[in-house]
Amino acid sequence: MAEGCEVLVIGAGPAGLAAAATAAANGARVALLDAQPRAGGQVWRHDIAHGASRRARRALRRIAPVKRHFGMRVVAADPGARTLLAEDSLHAREFGWDRLVLAAGARELFLPFPGWTLPGVTGAGGLQALVKQGWPVAGRRVVVAGSGPLLLAAAASLRAHGARVLAIVEQAARDDVHAFARKLWHWPDKLAQAARLRMALAGVPIRYGAVVRRASGDSHLQTIDIDCDGRVETFECEYLAIGFGLVPDTGLARMLGCGLNDATHPAIRVDALQRTTVDGIHAAGECCGIGGMQTASIEGAIAGHAAAGNEAGARALLPSRDRARRFADALAHTFAPGPCVRMLADDTTIVCRCEDVTWGELRSFDDARAAKLATRCGMGPCQGRICGAALAELLGWSWHGHPRQPLFPARLSTLAFDSLATFP
Amino acid sequence: MSAILHLRIDGIAVEVPEGASVAAAVARATRSFRQSRHGMPRAPLCGMGVCFECRVAIDGEPHVLACMTAAREGMQVRTHG
Repeated sequence: MAEGCEVLVIGAGPAGLAAAATAAANGARVALLDAQPRAGGQVWRHDIAHGASRRARRALRRIAPVKRHFGMRVVAADPGARTLLAEDSLHAREFGWDRLVLAAGARELFLPFPGWTLPGVTGAGGLQALVKQGWPVAGRRVVVAGSGPLLLAAAASLRAHGARVLAIVEQAARDDVHAFARKLWHWPDKLAQAARLRMALAGVPIRYGAVVRRASGDSHLQTIDIDCDGRVETFECEYLAIGFGLVPDTGLARMLGCGLNDATHPAIRVDALQRTTVDGIHAAGECCGIGGMQTASIEGAIAGHAAAGNEAGARALLPSRDRARRFADALAHTFAPGPCVRMLADDTTIVCRCEDVTWGELRSFDDARAAKLATRCGMGPCQGRICGAALAELLGWSWHGHPRQPLFPARLSTLAFDSLATFP
Repeated sequence: MSAILHLRIDGIAVEVPEGASVAAAVARATRSFRQSRHGMPRAPLCGMGVCFECRVAIDGEPHVLACMTAAREGMQVRTHG
């Protein structure tokens, strides 16, 4: 039997926490699921050395009345029966809903370049996440690269854990970043945040209009080559934390039949009240388009009100949501990956890390389907979550069809649970 | 001070603070978590359960994501690095 609840929220980051707390405050019975062992999502991921931020602690206090299921990853869904199948490290469980709120968040965009599969090359947010849960970086030399303000946040966090941040390598041009910075007075809280990051990163050089051409090392990362206006600079380092922004996580939404928009990295299509194209399913936060933590919190609250039937409460928040989205749009425009980062891979560079498929093997295909059939690209354990986003960015390939169950590799006993439920 | 947990990574004893991930414990013993299809060393990329590069065997159960699993006292972890 599915464990029923009125409002089921998937994802315990800023959007999901706000949705759960708001729906509960409206009197709904609420359950909250997340694949991570603790609440917070990525931006509020618990830091075992430094604890949680004030803002995160406040959000966590507000979910006191909510039933929590953490360490539970959704592997299958039945939109007709309004049930989800999830598993933790030991058990499978089915969850039912009257209203569902998807707050699945985002993941980093990685663009392949020579040497990016070496141990020591991680995501920018990726290394930050690892370090918050005890990955040792004290005294280690780190270069942070890619694009966007996440680089500054990651670098500050790595420095706070004792890493020696040698440089920040931003692909956007200096003039564009400075023009964006001059507009920050429209958003005073962002200006204050930028000032705090600048303080935390005092003394760390920032290269603009610069890219990592190559990572080198025998069995792990030893050096990287930076190309800054045609001048090559080499850094010796143990870690390269590199990310080119975020892409919405839409896997579960697609499995449930929710419509997406037509962006390069599609997001879940929602109306003003965060309703998806499927009746009874709302979505909020990064999975509806990258908008940052503030947008996610506001959209989560709108979805929480709407899911609990309080339309007036939802509508009252629309102006603040629009304002937050405007900031996100300006940000996305400034830091969109430029042409220089699209030409980094050579024919021997791995693109699909699961199946070891190279750029040379892939670039002559017309679409994802043909490439998959011939090379197994995107058919390994990550199911194209890494290479699919890269190839969408580089070649415009669409990977966003209806995903097959299970959504993630799952235990056989979990899938047996599902078939028992279907065929009693 | 939080408690210290003791794990073995490919037989090597490591210590991590309570709350650390298995990935953080593995990183104290080796740089490589697994080998790719063509034998190249790999380690975590995404840190958030998406890329599957951190998969290891924990107490005999294969293909567990080290970055998504909290370390526990006495865990025996096998990499394929």
